[in-house]
Amino acid sequence: MTAVARLVDLTKFYDLGAVVVKALRGVSLEIPEGDYIAIMGSSGSGKSTLLNLLAALDRPTQGQYILNGRDTSQMSDNDLSVVRNSDIGFIFQSFNLITQYTVLENIEVPLLYRPGYPPITARDRNRCIDVANQVGLGDRLDHRPFQLSGGQQQRVAIARALINDPAIIMADEPTGNLDSKTEEEIMQILTDLNNEGRTIIIVTHEKSVAQRTSRQIYMKDGLIAGEGIFPG
Amino acid sequence: MSFSRFLRTLTLALKSVMLHKLRSGLTMLGIVFGVFSVIAMLAIGEGASSQAQKQVLELGATNIIVRSIKPPDETSSSGQSGQSFVLRYGLTRKDLNVISETIPPILGVVPVRELTQEVRNQQHTLNSRIVGSTPEYLEMNHLKMAQGRFLTDKDLDQMANVVVLAYETAQVLFPFDNPVGRPVQIANRAYRVVGVTQDRTASAAIGGSLSGQDYNKDVYMPILTLQSRLNTGDLFIRRTQGSFSAVSVVYDQITLKVGDTDETTDDRDLVIPTAEVVRETIRNLHGEGKNDFAVVVPLELLKQADQIRKIFNIVLGSIAAISLIVGGIGIMNIMLATVTERTREIGIRRALGARRRDIIQQFLTETIVLSGTGGLIGIMMGLLTPAAFVGIQLFVDAYVMDKSTGTSDIGRLFSGMEPQVAVWSLPLAFGVSVAIGIIFGTYPARAAARLDPIEALRHE
Repeated sequence: MTAVARLVDLTKFYDLGAVVVKALRGVSLEIPEGDYIAIMGSSGSGKSTLLNLLAALDRPTQGQYILNGRDTSQMSDNDLSVVRNSDIGFIFQSFNLITQYTVLENIEVPLLYRPGYPPITARDRNRCIDVANQVGLGDRLDHRPFQLSGGQQQRVAIARALINDPAIIMADEPTGNLDSKTEEEIMQILTDLNNEGRTIIIVTHEKSVAQRTSRQIYMKDGLIAGEGIFPG
Repeated sequence: MSFSRFLRTLTLALKSVMLHKLRSGLTMLGIVFGVFSVIAMLAIGEGASSQAQKQVLELGATNIIVRSIKPPDETSSSGQSGQSFVLRYGLTRKDLNVISETIPPILGVVPVRELTQEVRNQQHTLNSRIVGSTPEYLEMNHLKMAQGRFLTDKDLDQMANVVVLAYETAQVLFPFDNPVGRPVQIANRAYRVVGVTQDRTASAAIGGSLSGQDYNKDVYMPILTLQSRLNTGDLFIRRTQGSFSAVSVVYDQITLKVGDTDETTDDRDLVIPTAEVVRETIRNLHGEGKNDFAVVVPLELLKQADQIRKIFNIVLGSIAAISLIVGGIGIMNIMLATVTERTREIGIRRALGARRRDIIQQFLTETIVLSGTGGLIGIMMGLLTPAAFVGIQLFVDAYVMDKSTGTSDIGRLFSGMEPQVAVWSLPLAFGVSVAIGIIFGTYPARAAARLDPIEALRHE
């Protein structure tokens, strides 16, 4: 298996003037294609910082993050945007749908920012509908987010993450705002996607979520403390 | 930027604007009123100037008008009671001859002598202005005949006892009959009516140099007839309480025509130098210090009116521009609030791959849509200005009219203004409102694009 992403001694410091917060102190990680990873750890462990770097929302202070063969650590803001658009699919804890848009329009948002701004074709639109069907939203295309349940909103977010066929799907506490039954449904969708060969990284607190992944990474004090599910 | 992308950005902006209809509407109001006031004020200015221009053209752009003026120092001496003497002033036959024979650009000379007299037809009477002049008077004052003919050279040579009635004079004196061929009495003599002029709206005064003229109550007769029959020579005697006062004026006014055709620029260039020569000539003839005449050049008045209009336009334009700026600040304020309110949306878009310039474009387009729509509404309101003025006038005429004088000051104020929307002001106003959108939208849009995506996503 080829590595879709490789982290080489990543550090991230936040200079707050009086103190320098060392959020990541040298993280190295290899993520093969089709991997299904849970990143765990208590708050302050640096897992959110790691997630931001993995999602190309931020640049490391030092080290390299090679995604799809390209080093993102020195990229300009513009290039990072392009990476986020074409290589990353983002799923948030609080769904983060655009409230004034319908389900279909929300799924289309990443298409608006494709490099070169190609027009949205009928084929693109059909793909949106296909993806929506895939996550079980086929009958809700014209609904607005406030007309949907939490689970349905998260399905929209998953569909949106899939639309540009990204290299990695990043999920930040995807079930944090959902009840256990819905959590089960969402996790099933993610597991199915992994079975199709998609690389998925989930940041989570919950053991039940982590248990469904094939690899668990435990963070502590800005370092990877170990792999496997740790109690507590 | 491709067309489809432009359309997409525009649709996005329209959607966002429509999302908060009330807020967008109120935000637009500033621009709406700004643009409306720019167009309305320019329209009022334009209307005023075209009216002034029309008046001056009626007076004749290539004419020079020389008027007799009662000199101020001799007015005071005539105030002595119980004395009778003759006050001589004004333009003389010698002036007329010298001017018409020695100044080459002057092609035509029309002398005028005016008196106010009662004109009578049986029981119908009217206090009329009796104008003694020559046949050229008709053309020079842009009068037209309704019936019969105007005065002819033959009338002048023969000192014929004929008159031409102005429109209203004919209406009053001959309410039921055709006046042509009928006699009227002026100062106990009979004159035959040979023609009636067409209705002509009164000209308003221009800048104090020329008083307004109401041509409709005139009676025209050959100048020699007037001078020989209504005057004792050139003397005109008026009996006032306890004394006689006699005034000797040969001509009240001489209108000089410069060049030959009315519309060529060459002739117009001649007007002002010629007027200067005329002024010098008459001053030499009358002697220094005897200010008993005045030279009025309509072309000069036109230039003055133009100058005043320009100042007027600048002042009005600045006021309107200030309201546009205030409107722009209002838009900027709302857009800044919108950026804060939609921080999370910005974060989402950034996380999904929007670049900084996509965000700038989105918010800038939204601002331009707001200001541009405001501009269009303002333009539409501006186009209604002339109609609104007519409406105000009708309303004032119907409800606020002063019954005693037949009209009201307010009504007259509005009837004097006929706004004309200047066509060039429409694209200008639209351009300015779009420019305001760009100027006042750039800062909020940049503020939105500067947001750190991680911070923005965390924003509640």
